[in-house]
Amino acid sequence: MESALEIKDVSKRFGTRWAVSRLTWSLPMGKSLLLTGHNGSGKTTLLRMIATATFPTAGEISVFGKETRKHRDALRHEVALISHASFHYEDLTAAQNLSLLAKFLDAEKPGVVKELLERVGLGERADSPVRQFSAGMRKRLSLARLLLKQPRLALFDEPFGELDPAGITQMEGVLRDLTARGTTVVLATHLIEQGLSLTQERLHLDQGRLSSETVHHQSPSAQGPL
Amino acid sequence: MKPKISLLTAAWLVLRKDWMIEWRTRARLTALIFFSLSTLLLFSFAMGPDINALRAHAAGYLWLALFFASVLSLGESFRVEGENQALLGLVLTPVEARAIFLGKVFGNASLLFGLSLVLLPVAVALYDIDLAKAPLALLATLFLGSVGISAPGIVYSAISSNARARDVMLPLLLFPVLVPLLLATVNATKFCLGPDPQEQLASWLKLLCAFDLIYLSLGFLVFPKVVEED
Repeated sequence: MESALEIKDVSKRFGTRWAVSRLTWSLPMGKSLLLTGHNGSGKTTLLRMIATATFPTAGEISVFGKETRKHRDALRHEVALISHASFHYEDLTAAQNLSLLAKFLDAEKPGVVKELLERVGLGERADSPVRQFSAGMRKRLSLARLLLKQPRLALFDEPFGELDPAGITQMEGVLRDLTARGTTVVLATHLIEQGLSLTQERLHLDQGRLSSETVHHQSPSAQGPL
Repeated sequence: MKPKISLLTAAWLVLRKDWMIEWRTRARLTALIFFSLSTLLLFSFAMGPDINALRAHAAGYLWLALFFASVLSLGESFRVEGENQALLGLVLTPVEARAIFLGKVFGNASLLFGLSLVLLPVAVALYDIDLAKAPLALLATLFLGSVGISAPGIVYSAISSNARARDVMLPLLLFPVLVPLLLATVNATKFCLGPDPQEQLASWLKLLCAFDLIYLSLGFLVFPKVVEED
């Protein structure tokens, strides 16, 4: 099966500290990966490298067969990241933020922004500036952002943090839906049981290295559409 | 391959986004107006009641007020991009770094140009200058000067936005680069407001155009390296 993600002997250094060290892994197309590890184990750095926000100090990452550094422009159309930073403009409304993204993506259609905001439960706050949003609402808006982009590879960095129970259910639903539609998903979370139920493979990082806890698993609930 | 918008369309969207943010808050605009008005007023007090001296140096005071205000405006322009790592969000969308550069340069230039239009009547009142001598050339000078400040300003603002002492760093980096532009803008404005017996205005305007082209070209080349890792 063709690989969606190939990580070949990748290391990343910040100053004198190696955040990721000699990591090798591959993820087949359409599969979902759970990324676990303690704080500072390199999960966020790895996700940022896959998203082309930063690049390996050594080694190579390929997404859909394209090396990230060389093909960053093309890959950025295919990859979306939900991270600790929401990427939103505080002084614009939720609708304006999404509409701006839609225009950049040339994906603006009548009603698409409203529909997405309704889907993530922000329909009634569409015209409120993001500055007035709680952390959970910002996360919901990030989810709408990801859905608008319709990526082939979706990266989630601690997506359940700050969400209320309804938001968590919604996020889980989106993750299952993406997997069912064949989108490759990488999910980094400390909620291991929850993560295992949503993904098919697990990669555990320990101080930036592949840990012995790393296993290939197959979650029944992650095998097909729900 | 998903559809891709053109560089100019993306630049226009970045510019419009900056205008929208400005319009929603109006904080930067208000601060800029009061800051530059105070600067003009302080020059007037410092020079005393000698109206001939004030009139002779009015062009210099006007541009110094705009230069000082530009530091505030450029710093704010990247503070907005720093919140929630919005600039990284734009890069990953993806929006071409050069489109971000063009959008932000002309967004900031339009703000400075608007500010200069607000300052002109105040300069008339404080320094007794005559705006009717070469109004179109004066507008052209103000616009070219605003672009000339903004082009290197956006690059240096992006560089200094992650520095600890960014408020000090930006003027330290920017002002030395802007000295030739300051000379050109002050001289062009001086000839717009007063006599020009040797018809030097056109030469200064051409020089301003050349500075703008050089600054825009260099910024266009360098900006992607500033916002993106190699």
